[in-house]
Amino acid sequence: MANYLASVGMEVHAELRTQTKMFCRCPVEFGGEPNTRVCPVCLGLPGALPVPNQQAIQLVLRTALALNCQIAMHSTFHRKNYFYPDLPKGYQISQYGDTNPIGFNGYLDLPSGKRVHIRRVHLEEDTGKLIHESDFSGMDFNRAGVPLMEIVTEFPPDISNSVEAKEYIALLRQTLIYLGVCDGKMEHGSLRCEPNISIRETGSDRFGTKTELKNLASFRAVQLGVQFEVARQATVLEGGGAVIQETRGWDESKEASYSMRAKEEENDYRYFPDPDLMPMQFEQNEVDRLRDALPELPVAKRNRYIQSLGLSDYDADVLTAEVERANYFEEVVAAGIEPKQACNWMNSDLAMLLNDADESFGASRIAASELAGLLSMIDSGEISGKIAKQVLRDMFATGESARQVVERKGLTQVSDESAIRLIIQNVIQDNPAAVENYRAGQQNVLGFFVGQVMKASQGRANPETVQRLLRELINS
Amino acid sequence: MPISLEEVRHVARLARLELDEAEVLALQGELNALLGHFADLQDIDVSGIDPAFQAMSLQNVWAQDVIQRGFTREQALRNAPTSKGGLFVVPTIIEG
Repeated sequence: MANYLASVGMEVHAELRTQTKMFCRCPVEFGGEPNTRVCPVCLGLPGALPVPNQQAIQLVLRTALALNCQIAMHSTFHRKNYFYPDLPKGYQISQYGDTNPIGFNGYLDLPSGKRVHIRRVHLEEDTGKLIHESDFSGMDFNRAGVPLMEIVTEFPPDISNSVEAKEYIALLRQTLIYLGVCDGKMEHGSLRCEPNISIRETGSDRFGTKTELKNLASFRAVQLGVQFEVARQATVLEGGGAVIQETRGWDESKEASYSMRAKEEENDYRYFPDPDLMPMQFEQNEVDRLRDALPELPVAKRNRYIQSLGLSDYDADVLTAEVERANYFEEVVAAGIEPKQACNWMNSDLAMLLNDADESFGASRIAASELAGLLSMIDSGEISGKIAKQVLRDMFATGESARQVVERKGLTQVSDESAIRLIIQNVIQDNPAAVENYRAGQQNVLGFFVGQVMKASQGRANPETVQRLLRELINS
Repeated sequence: MPISLEEVRHVARLARLELDEAEVLALQGELNALLGHFADLQDIDVSGIDPAFQAMSLQNVWAQDVIQRGFTREQALRNAPTSKGGLFVVPTIIEG
């Protein structure tokens, strides 16, 4: 078999997190009874005039800036004309041209270090949803006109295999969620990824015929789909055939792509400026203000956790994977808890409790300030780390604060020297042989005594006091 | 630059118009006359004039992202030739 190089272009559509649609004020929500969120504008009724959603424009500007794009200071909307029932107006409002989209000429650096160049970030509107029933096809226009952002990578493609394709969509999704511009739910279709894939023989400088993949509802599907297409195209070429330019669907259960439709003719959308929509003119100070207001993005946050907070690569990855978890962590640290300690408690004990209850850090019933309250009781010596684990479980179950649990159950650490002294004397009395060994020079026997004292105090004795008093009493 | 018969057929296909040969010929004539008018416009010297796509010189006409209720489903479907189960019934489309 000849050696082939793959080229993968990525086209991503993200529904923007606005309250209302792009050109009318119908609500944007997932699901809902068909055709209950529609009006003359999104139904394309004659005479209805579109008015752009300012918030949607801001969200695209934010994204374009985060993706290191140039901003089109003057940007316009166009009509993309085609016939399909999902489009009641007979055209989709979109943005045409190389330097007209709100953002162009940007890039996204993958964790692997690869830079993926981005050709355009533009604003358009989503289509309605075609529903096939057994005896008829019908349209639901609830989704028609929902603000849709399209992000397209540059040609020639930087992405050259399925792993990079997955890495790209994963980081892009994480970035969009960090920016608060899209909920990133691929399973609901609010984030849709359509890779186009071509292969060519190593050494050839001519790109092969590309196919486009649709219906990829997860990262895994993106990776498997690209991998499948590369292998399928190679098999076609090896068999002496030619790859057909077409759109292919992804069948999740068969893990295979299938032909949806061949592109019979070159797309002829007859784009022209939409006379109903006035141009957008951005001011430099407004763009600067938006750039300054960008949140810390995933890769930068991860690097800061490692370099400034001294966390391991692994801990930083886990904490930054979801922005809610990162925010939670930062709140705990801001309350004065040492980062590594905050991280350990979050990623082990609390994560386990949340996981079992099918909850997330974003909606944790133990607020960050409550976890900080618990951890500061360890720091101040009021409770031991061991007791704290029990307290955390109780806080989770009852909704009480750490202090309430500790007081109700009488779990405060015993630092009272006379009480601890008594326990130590009993332990020494009960273990004469161990005392002999210690006196004979076996220093490690001290650990055994500490364990016995802690056990006898049900974990409540202050470990430092125990250590100090033990040395004193055992030597006397 | 006269329009060819093939271009007339292409434009008709994009507009989902079914034309017989007589209509294609007739429209070729009409479209060529129309394009002739535009050719006259093309001859005008516009160097130094910025393109204007809108008749009005407005910009940044935007709306706040605040919900306003539109139609009820009954209102939305009232003018549909056929509706069923709350959907606008459309000609069956086979995909994939």
